[in-house]
Amino acid sequence: MTTREPAAKSRTWQARLAGGSALPMLAVLLALLVLWYAGTVWLNAPLVIDRYERAGQAEWTAGQLVADTMAMDRPLLPAPHQILAELDKTVFEVAPNSRRSLVYHGWVTLSSALLGFAFGTLLGIVLAVGIVHLRTLERSLLPWIIASQTVPILAIAPMIIVVLGSLGFVGLVPKAIISAYLCFFPVTIGMVKGLTSPDPIHLDLVRTYSASTGQVFWKLRWPSSVVYLFASLKVAVALAIVGAIVGELPTGAQAGLGARLLSGSYYGQTVQIWAALVVAAVVAGLSVAAVGLAERLTLERMGGRP
Amino acid sequence: MVDVIDGKAQPVTQARASAPPAVEIRGLNLVFDAGDAPVTALADVDLSVARGDFVSLIGPSGCGKTTLLRVMADLERASSGTVRVNGVSPEAARLARAYGYVFQAPALYAWRSVLRNVTLPLEIMGLPRAERQERARRVLDLVNLGGFEGKFPWQLSGGMQQRVSIARALSFDPALLLMDEPFGALDEIIRDHLNEQLLRLWQRTGKTVIFVTHSIPEAVFLSTRIVVMSPRPGRIIDIIDSDLPAERTLDMRESAAFTAIAHRVRAGLKAGHSYDDA
Amino acid sequence: MTRPDLVLLLALLLGLAALALPLGDAHWTGWPLVLWLLALACAAALLFAPLRHGGRRGGVIPGPRPSGSGTPPHPTSAPLGRGEGLASPIAAAAMDAALALAGSLAGAAALYLLLVSGAAGIAASGLWIGLLALALLVWRALERGAALASRRKLPVLDIALPLLFGLWLLYLWQLFAEGFEIPVVLLPPPARIAAVLVTSLPVLGEDFVQTFVKSMVPGYVIGCGAGFLTGVLVDRVPFLQRGLLPIGNLVSALPIVGIAPIMVMWFGFDWPSKAAVVVIMTFFPMLVSTIAGLGALGRIERDLMRTYAASYGQTLRFARLQAALPFLFTALKVNSTLALIGAIVAEFFGTPIMGMGFRISASVGRMDIPLVWATIAMAALTGSAAYGGIALLERRLTFWHPSLRKVS
Repeated sequence: MTTREPAAKSRTWQARLAGGSALPMLAVLLALLVLWYAGTVWLNAPLVIDRYERAGQAEWTAGQLVADTMAMDRPLLPAPHQILAELDKTVFEVAPNSRRSLVYHGWVTLSSALLGFAFGTLLGIVLAVGIVHLRTLERSLLPWIIASQTVPILAIAPMIIVVLGSLGFVGLVPKAIISAYLCFFPVTIGMVKGLTSPDPIHLDLVRTYSASTGQVFWKLRWPSSVVYLFASLKVAVALAIVGAIVGELPTGAQAGLGARLLSGSYYGQTVQIWAALVVAAVVAGLSVAAVGLAERLTLERMGGRP
Repeated sequence: MVDVIDGKAQPVTQARASAPPAVEIRGLNLVFDAGDAPVTALADVDLSVARGDFVSLIGPSGCGKTTLLRVMADLERASSGTVRVNGVSPEAARLARAYGYVFQAPALYAWRSVLRNVTLPLEIMGLPRAERQERARRVLDLVNLGGFEGKFPWQLSGGMQQRVSIARALSFDPALLLMDEPFGALDEIIRDHLNEQLLRLWQRTGKTVIFVTHSIPEAVFLSTRIVVMSPRPGRIIDIIDSDLPAERTLDMRESAAFTAIAHRVRAGLKAGHSYDDA
Repeated sequence: MTRPDLVLLLALLLGLAALALPLGDAHWTGWPLVLWLLALACAAALLFAPLRHGGRRGGVIPGPRPSGSGTPPHPTSAPLGRGEGLASPIAAAAMDAALALAGSLAGAAALYLLLVSGAAGIAASGLWIGLLALALLVWRALERGAALASRRKLPVLDIALPLLFGLWLLYLWQLFAEGFEIPVVLLPPPARIAAVLVTSLPVLGEDFVQTFVKSMVPGYVIGCGAGFLTGVLVDRVPFLQRGLLPIGNLVSALPIVGIAPIMVMWFGFDWPSKAAVVVIMTFFPMLVSTIAGLGALGRIERDLMRTYAASYGQTLRFARLQAALPFLFTALKVNSTLALIGAIVAEFFGTPIMGMGFRISASVGRMDIPLVWATIAMAALTGSAAYGGIALLERRLTFWHPSLRKVS
């Protein structure tokens, strides 16, 4: 960080706009939006025409048809502005602790996801430390952890929920367990990689200082694993949210984004489903971004390259 | 290559008179546009390389010797000035596959066997399979790698890998070889050995070689002409014609003639302030 | 002096203590006693093995020797001196490993026979102390095996060690579930799950066809194919590439399974809706990997193709697609798991009356937990097989990649 940096920054913002990804991203998003509207008309039009015919309305204009496809109650594909309106209604116009509020449902999902994320991360780190230090575990446990990646873990979700429910555990904890289960894998793998990432030269160096195993861990292995840790955490937090949502599906849970998806699909409330999906996407995006921010702050404090 | 004698009668001289020079550069400038601080990589470069010559470009890091080679290969475009390779523009020369380029790293494709790495350019040029294989085996023999056809690059030592890459450049028999510090990453003992082999190869095939290096002994040992360059901006300081005999051995490095040329090269580098700070 | 192996010592002491402690309705007679004494004998033999090898413990991690190695070596190994052949320590390590394995197997059989003959519950403290002793012995067996594996490359051990570990976990599960009579709803013993798996094979076979063959495979092929083709198509348009890459990365992190109810609405209850979910889930990881992979070729390797005046298609075919293969396989492997998850979870939103996801949610509803476990085992096998198949293909096609090289 020399004094030249601000100048360099001011020089490049236009260049960044032209050469960066903001502009292309915007263009792609815009194209998607246009496609979406086209899809709305295309998918919903048969329904609308069908309704016209049943109402005995023989004559209709194209403009009328397009307008009606975007104002249906239960469209096959709601127009983006319908979803936005639903979001506005359920996020801003309702008290956040109401059952009709998506803020409430989002929080229910997020809180169990975060709890599971914390558990899973802890478990993942502990396992990784064990694997790195005990050859026996590396040989016998690591293959299973890798194999566990190939198992559709989410399939267990309903059983965990029901079994724990029959024991009297309901609400947050069972969902958090599913999230934790999904989380621990990427953390373990990432941390094993990270903890073994120091060069042999560096390990030899601290060995010349006759450092203890603990000192090697805290002064060399742990700092070099931080980058890997955060990379896995980003994957893990996204998985935690998927886990929490799927955990809400099987028992017809009353709260959470998964419950909203399920009730939406029961009653054919497509707009409600899409709104819940958007909130889920926003929650996931924000969580990943929060981990990214934590990563940047940590690396800056550790004096790494930002 | 050890048993090669037949080609040493220098088939070089005959072609010289009529055909255009292998490379002809007049008033070349090259400016890299790096935001608000453009960098002059090459300034006012004039250079003519006759056919059959072995020309070394020598200078410290950042003197533009690699850039100059890349301009000849049409991997870099000149900002101003004229460049002619075999009498045509570098792009035309590239499209005509007029030169073989040997990079600093072997740049072998790990997924292809040694043989298939050497046949790669021939495949691109659309030669029939039988001829590809026949040629590849011939050039592999030329670099003493017969018998290694089925190996993969990562099963070979660094020196062998670089020999494969030279064989690959020779496979389509270009009259011009552009070599960018091909032995820079190798240890000195292997490098000496490969220098001897390269020299014999050049004598036997009569190709024009333009060779980038930062080793004075290497440049003096190999070259008929040595182009001394200096940095900031990259330019040519001196062009030295070597009067060493065509038949060269590693022992000659202790001879007075050799030392005299090396001394002149070092003097040129000094004049170009190459030793000021490192 | 050689440091005594504390783990084995403890195993031996606990094992002897188990003989004296109460066992509920069972007794240390007959086969259990014989097998248990055999296990203890193995532990004892291992404990004194260091003397046999002249202070060289089979399980010691290579590196600085403990001070014990300063003692004069055993007479038999003395003539060999420092530069002795590798055969003898390896043979000794192999013998240690075999001994520990035999001991732990005998001990496991002994305890299981005890359990079957009536030792169960809290009353059988001898059983559980014995289990603790056995755990230490198993740990030693794994450790000896790992030591052997690190001394000599034996492919058998790479499979045998995890297998032993997995069997040990299954055994513990079985013993606890039976010994404490844990309700089947909570945790059925593995033997029971295996039995259910076998008896309901016809049903599970139908589920397999519905979920794997009809939903997952077509969705996977279409999704990965479309992602790959899109990646190759946008390769020539850097503008689109720069726009799609961050969006693809973002979408890959989103809970896409949530799209399942929409797909069920669009494509109906049967497999097309599941396949559609799989297509969407696998598309973006493949797109992102294709774009990243096509950019993976080094600069010199790219310049090389330029010096040959190779066309765009030739560069793609001869160099860039090859260099992209490892990336493509990473996506293919990740996607194989994602696809199965997508196909199963999508079935939670409505299916005809078959499919693994349907079987799980229906059996959970009827509290038929063993069948749920059997279905999960089936899904796990399917997932592992799919993953393993792709990994094998990867090994064949990207044998040249540094992570897979076999330098000969």
